[in-house]
Amino acid sequence: MIQNLLRVEKYFDSPTEKLQVMRETLNQASGDLILKAHKPHISVRNLNVYLAKKHILKNVSLDIPDKAITCIIGPSGCGKTTLLKTFNRLLQNSVDVKIEGDVLVDGENIHGKEVEVESIRKKMGLLSQRPCPLPMSIYDNIAYGPRIHGIRRKKTLNLMVEKYLREAGLWDEVKDRLKSPATSLSIGQQQRLCLARGLAVKPEIILGDEATSALDPISSKKIEELFVKLRDQYSIVLVTHTLRQARRIADYVIFMYLGEVIEAAPASEIFSNPKEKLTKEYLDGYFS
Amino acid sequence: MNTIRYNKYRQAKEFLIRHIMLLLTLVSLTFAILIGISLYYKSVPILDHQSIWGLLSGSSWRPLKGEFGFFPFIMGTLWVTILAVIISLPLCLLAAIYLSEYAHPYIKKIVFPMIDVLAGIPPVVYGVWGILAVVPFISEKLAPHFVEFSTGYSILAGGIVLAIMIIPLMISVFIEIFDALPGGLREASLSLGATNWQTIKKVVLRKSFPGLAAAVVLAISRAFGETIAVLMVCGNVSEVPKSLFDPAYPLPALIANNYGEMMSIPLYDAALMLSALLLFVIILAFNAISRLVLIRIERNFAL
Amino acid sequence: MRHIRIKRIEEKIFKGLMIVATLAIVVSLFLIIVAIVRRGLPVMSWDMISKIPTGGFYLGKEGGLLNAIVGSLYIVVGSISLGLFFSLPIVLYINLYLPEKSRLAQFTRLSFDVLFGIPSIVYGAFGFTIMVYLGIRTSLLAGILTVTMLIIPILIRSIDEVIRRVPKEMKDAALSLGATRSEIIKPILRQVAPGIVTAILLSVGRGIGDAASVLFTAGYTDSIPTSLSQPVATLPLAIFFQLSSPIAEVQDRAYAAALILTVIVLILSIAARFYSRKFSKNKI
Ligand SMILES: Nc1ncnc2c1ncn2[C@@H]1O[C@H](COP(=O)(O)OP(=O)(O)OP(=O)(O)O)[C@@H](O)[C@H]1O
Ligand SMILES: [Mg+2]
Repeated sequence: MIQNLLRVEKYFDSPTEKLQVMRETLNQASGDLILKAHKPHISVRNLNVYLAKKHILKNVSLDIPDKAITCIIGPSGCGKTTLLKTFNRLLQNSVDVKIEGDVLVDGENIHGKEVEVESIRKKMGLLSQRPCPLPMSIYDNIAYGPRIHGIRRKKTLNLMVEKYLREAGLWDEVKDRLKSPATSLSIGQQQRLCLARGLAVKPEIILGDEATSALDPISSKKIEELFVKLRDQYSIVLVTHTLRQARRIADYVIFMYLGEVIEAAPASEIFSNPKEKLTKEYLDGYFS
Repeated sequence: MNTIRYNKYRQAKEFLIRHIMLLLTLVSLTFAILIGISLYYKSVPILDHQSIWGLLSGSSWRPLKGEFGFFPFIMGTLWVTILAVIISLPLCLLAAIYLSEYAHPYIKKIVFPMIDVLAGIPPVVYGVWGILAVVPFISEKLAPHFVEFSTGYSILAGGIVLAIMIIPLMISVFIEIFDALPGGLREASLSLGATNWQTIKKVVLRKSFPGLAAAVVLAISRAFGETIAVLMVCGNVSEVPKSLFDPAYPLPALIANNYGEMMSIPLYDAALMLSALLLFVIILAFNAISRLVLIRIERNFAL
Repeated sequence: MRHIRIKRIEEKIFKGLMIVATLAIVVSLFLIIVAIVRRGLPVMSWDMISKIPTGGFYLGKEGGLLNAIVGSLYIVVGSISLGLFFSLPIVLYINLYLPEKSRLAQFTRLSFDVLFGIPSIVYGAFGFTIMVYLGIRTSLLAGILTVTMLIIPILIRSIDEVIRRVPKEMKDAALSLGATRSEIIKPILRQVAPGIVTAILLSVGRGIGDAASVLFTAGYTDSIPTSLSQPVATLPLAIFFQLSSPIAEVQDRAYAAALILTVIVLILSIAARFYSRKFSKNKI
């Protein structure tokens, strides 16, 4: 199998193609290699987060692989949302927050002095639990991001709107009513709109916080398929409560418990053969 | 390259907006202090002339002779205010309990907008109503039973008009306080077999007492500063009133009535500004205390 | 058993009293409106709202209230615009820039709650001292400035209430696209637009009806001002001054003005309800 991998390394120039083939090759194989094939996109080192003096994230260290789907699982209140919000520095908005440790995105510390919050956030699209369209038309929702980043040309915007709506699988459903308010869409469509809106600022990472839990099964499946489709271009981090979803789409899984990372491993490994007792108990549904 | 420049521009814009807003906010916080200082500054001449206690306890008001005794005005204000609270407090308390504990949502839907309208009616219209309805009622129907003669322009008229004016404020704060009580409290009491009314008496009212008190203080300070309506129906005679049917001359009315001539008589403007300062300080203190209490309550109940 | 019966009777009595109290409040509203309409309606005429008074507001028998209607309109439009200009940045700052439980935000809210309680006569007196200090006469400008001070707390409190209710997710959604905080102002304002309309309607009601603040500062005149430095008539003062006239026709104008003011306030109240169907503390 190593041989195979080396062959892959040789014969494919485009990285996405390479990954595609690698994935197929490694379909059943040890996931460790997957991680090695993907360099880490986000690295967290000794992260401690305190909210209102409460110690929420305890000495978290982990790597989020590049161009793969990482699922964060764990019981309610264990700090998954907090972790996601630390990634794009949205935590700072709320009550007195203390953050220690490093979060490196592409090797750059996001809490560094000269880092612009906006450029960090631009790198990461966020998909929240409830779809949250902005109070404007469908078109303007997508165009909002490009516009604030300085794109004004009508033609470019039109093209972008179409491209990202297509990418989110929404174009055919809304192309005739781009000017109607975004809230007139169904919840599932709204969530895809939010995804398209996030993609339109050309992020490298997509963060999803239980992005499908408010949706009906069909919409949720559509979103899931989108994630799978997008994983070649983006690093995707999903918080999820549905283990089955994690099993279906995750390449890499992080299990958290009470603010600590208990286990982080490739999906195949963690689901078939968890190292920690806690992980096993959680996966077996002893607690949730 | 272009994007970097664009981002620089965005950052600069953000910086500018942020700091202008901060500046405005900070400046707005000095506003109350500014009012206090400027009113004080304007009333210094009379404070130099006479001690504050002398002014407050003096009962002779003869600006032309340089005598400025505020006592009748303070008494007038107190009488009218206290009367207004005595009338409106039981009404508001009963109505607020009814609306928040008993009334069908349908009734609330009808009554709340009416309270809003009552709150929106301008003071001067209340004054007109006082003149049209309350004053004649007192002089023709009510006063003859008690005193020989009353014009109707009296403490009673002022108190009644003012009572209705402070009802919206009082009732809405009351209702807010009742609504803020955790629902579990009521259920706990009810599940022990207490009746609805017992629960209200023993649990709801007791638990919300500090809030109710704060609301009353808020209403008092509103009544204290009300000017035009009271001025229109109180009679405005600068003597210490002795009965409800006597006219009175509350402080705000004093200021409003004499602004025209105050510039021509020495110390007169200082005396009027002093009364404005008095009103300001007292109402500021009352408001600050009751708002703090209300904020505390909101926070405690929110947990 | 008897014990329980007494309790039931007590509850019945109090419930009866409560209903009576509620009815009394509702009835008093009707009494006020009926009194104003009964006196004001017979003296209403087209001239009343389309003509300025002739021969002196206190003595002239002819003419109407156009000067006061237009004057009040000028004052309200001016002070609402000025008020929004100051209060929007403050509300946005404490909601978007400061963290949720920031001391500064709490203190700002408290201080505007308190300023909200300061009576308009004090604002009037303060405005007057400022006027004297700056050497301006009673004028439209001075009136606008004073009414602005009066309504800023109302605007801030009620806009703050709606902006605070904007879901955090919405702010986060816009921010996570890489927007700066000042760039998310636009969508947020759009979201709370109905709330802002309500706030404006409330302030219009307060600003148009308040007499004590304009008494010292706006002056009174029979004509319609053509510049900011001229004095201006207002509806509440039209009522206040003309009511004390010895001439019946002039008094009639006061009652007509009271009717106009009441109708305006009723319309504003209905409109505000249309925009926000919530019983809000800021109505008071
Ligand atoms: N603003 C806050 N102040 C204090 N504690 C907070 C705050 N926000 C969250 N917490 C606490 O932080 C912990 C982690 O919260 P978080 O929302 O990250 O959990 P979660 O794993 O996302 O849970 P869920 O699966 O229910 O969404 C919880 O115990 C929560 O009570
Ligand atoms: Mg969560």
